[in-house]
Amino acid sequence: MLNLGTDEIAKYPFLTEAGQYLKDKGFSLDQFGTDPDLKPILDKAYNRIEIATTGKIYRSEVTSLEDLDLEVFSFLLAVILLKLSGMNTLIRRFSLAEARRAEKYLEKDLADLSNKTKEELATRIIKELFSINVEKRENFFVIPISDYLKHAVNFHEREWKLINRHVEHGKVILSSHETVRLIRKELDNYIASKIRSTGTPSMLEALKKPVERLVSLGKKFSVPTVVSTEYPPCIKHAIEVLDKGENLPHSGRFLLATYLLGNGQNIEQIAPLFKNAPDYNEKITMYQLNHLKGSSGSGTEYKCPSCERVKSKDLCFATSDCDGIINPLQFKKKKTLNA
Amino acid sequence: MLEQDLQLVEVAFKKYYFDHFDLLLIPERSSEREFGYQKFNGGMNRHISIKSNEELRLMLITNIPSDVYCSNAYYSFPNLPMSEKDWKGADLIFDIDAKDLNLDCRQEHTCIKCISCDEVSALQSTCPSCKSTKIEIKSLTCKNCINGAKEEVVKLKKILEDDLDIKKEKIQVYFSGNEGFHVHVTDSPYQLLGSRERNELVDYIMFRGAMPETFGMKKYKPERSSFADINEKGWRGRASKHIFGSKSNRSKTISEIIKNSDGYSIVQHRLDSLKDIIGVKIDPNVTIDIHRIFRLPGSLNSKSGMSKVLCENIDKFNPFQDSCFIDDEKTNVLANCPTQFTLKNIKFGPYKNEKVTIPKYAAIYLICKGLANTTLIQN
Repeated sequence: MLNLGTDEIAKYPFLTEAGQYLKDKGFSLDQFGTDPDLKPILDKAYNRIEIATTGKIYRSEVTSLEDLDLEVFSFLLAVILLKLSGMNTLIRRFSLAEARRAEKYLEKDLADLSNKTKEELATRIIKELFSINVEKRENFFVIPISDYLKHAVNFHEREWKLINRHVEHGKVILSSHETVRLIRKELDNYIASKIRSTGTPSMLEALKKPVERLVSLGKKFSVPTVVSTEYPPCIKHAIEVLDKGENLPHSGRFLLATYLLGNGQNIEQIAPLFKNAPDYNEKITMYQLNHLKGSSGSGTEYKCPSCERVKSKDLCFATSDCDGIINPLQFKKKKTLNA
Repeated sequence: MLEQDLQLVEVAFKKYYFDHFDLLLIPERSSEREFGYQKFNGGMNRHISIKSNEELRLMLITNIPSDVYCSNAYYSFPNLPMSEKDWKGADLIFDIDAKDLNLDCRQEHTCIKCISCDEVSALQSTCPSCKSTKIEIKSLTCKNCINGAKEEVVKLKKILEDDLDIKKEKIQVYFSGNEGFHVHVTDSPYQLLGSRERNELVDYIMFRGAMPETFGMKKYKPERSSFADINEKGWRGRASKHIFGSKSNRSKTISEIIKNSDGYSIVQHRLDSLKDIIGVKIDPNVTIDIHRIFRLPGSLNSKSGMSKVLCENIDKFNPFQDSCFIDDEKTNVLANCPTQFTLKNIKFGPYKNEKVTIPKYAAIYLICKGLANTTLIQN
């Protein structure tokens, strides 16, 4: 565990230390329901979730030690409200907003030249939570290439490719903003998983109303989707090539199979598509499909490649319908116009 | 391979493993690795665990494999099926093959063999004799190709050492036994990387996906001060050296780029074309594979009968001499090889479907290439 001060817990209330802080202060959940003095915390907790749903980042106004308590407890209570509401869409929005909030503090603390302790804390959080060894070098941050790659592979933008990074002696050199940006997704996932793993307490009378309000708030965000029966152009092309009995390159077969598997089709439905391939062999096709599905071999389930990768293999035939998607699988789901 | 040829080659391979077992370099942590082998005219046997030199020797002498492989990966249980092996990490491996360099000389030492009628002829897409399109491409590597591959090895080593900070002693370069080099990196910070991360390393090494901003050229309002200097470390320096030529030319070139309204796309185009010049030509599929079984150092390559050997000094290394270990007993073969080749400083060929008596290493080389046989000669 990290040894944190209250102001730090207020900045990073998702850390295990925050729960401990609550216990140390001698508060219990029942009190939040009954003690009228704690009502402002409940209001703040609700407010924190509400702001998150608008896509904005909740800003702290801390002027006294009481304010710090309010900051920490409102986060913890917000988590309880979310658990009681059972609205996953709100949990996702809340964890993202909280991640963005923590990101701002981490970035500020990392870059704080006047306060070595803050910088050390930020680097320790990054190290302990995300296993990245960050070292400060003048105004930059250096991290080992292997640590960088584990996180950067999740980005689709070209600027995150290692080739487009300043690399020296096994290290990638980043600004404080880039260092924190690198872990945004993981920070979001970390907070979301912490919330998910929190047990749901039994309902208290005083929490009923805000929870009901959250449920109706959450319903607004359930976006109805329509499932298109249309395949994206890259998949249509792959099927056409096979239909004509022409040779589809390995990367094209991989794309087609992983797309259809990702689309929920089973191997028996997919295998016949390959029958026209000039080198068709039923046994090998079944083996390879099982392998991609993860039911044989290493057990790894292969995912449909990103649009960028499809493009790099000359298998992309994008139309305007593809605008805004980064993976062929997203073509299937389009928001309805009135959503 | 024909029965009679098979016998000759198997005897030679067995003798090699008997006489030169010391050349086999069993990689460190061998008990955690998966071994595999192929037999002539047979399929692949893998998921084998070998715990000692004696076990390996026994496997080689008993089975006389055409090719022997060992995983780059470490497992808790190397002999179990893939899903139960428990992957613990893998060495970084690189394959540099002369055929991927597409050098001009390639046409001169590449021929085709028709699968339908066995006719051997100059490089073309159909068999001149029976017009069949089912052909095998046969290449006898030349010195020029080897030198080209060596240059790629030198480029790769520089990036591994300077950019990726891999210690010199952790990098081993081997001649593949046929047309290129294998580079193994053991015990590095990259052991635990998965395929996707290794793919990023591949793009880095091959100089793929570079964008102008990285080298200082912004899309909007480009600034002179952000351009890379030719002395900078990593690709910024290396690419700038190629873009600007010299320090004195740098300022002039930057001015031209900034002034030009198409400057951004010009730089992008230049970077794309630089990929083929300064990027290292490695086989991406080999490096991203974290479960590959890769040719075992010291074993024979059935495509040539030559060994995969360690190159301590790549400059001086001569594969046609230093990896040729089959003996020189006189051997009669019916050779059909339109290209001249050199082994152990002796020139052989070209042979036009003729009976020749040549040293066994040359005979095996031709048989492995599919350009000679002993069966027909005896009938």
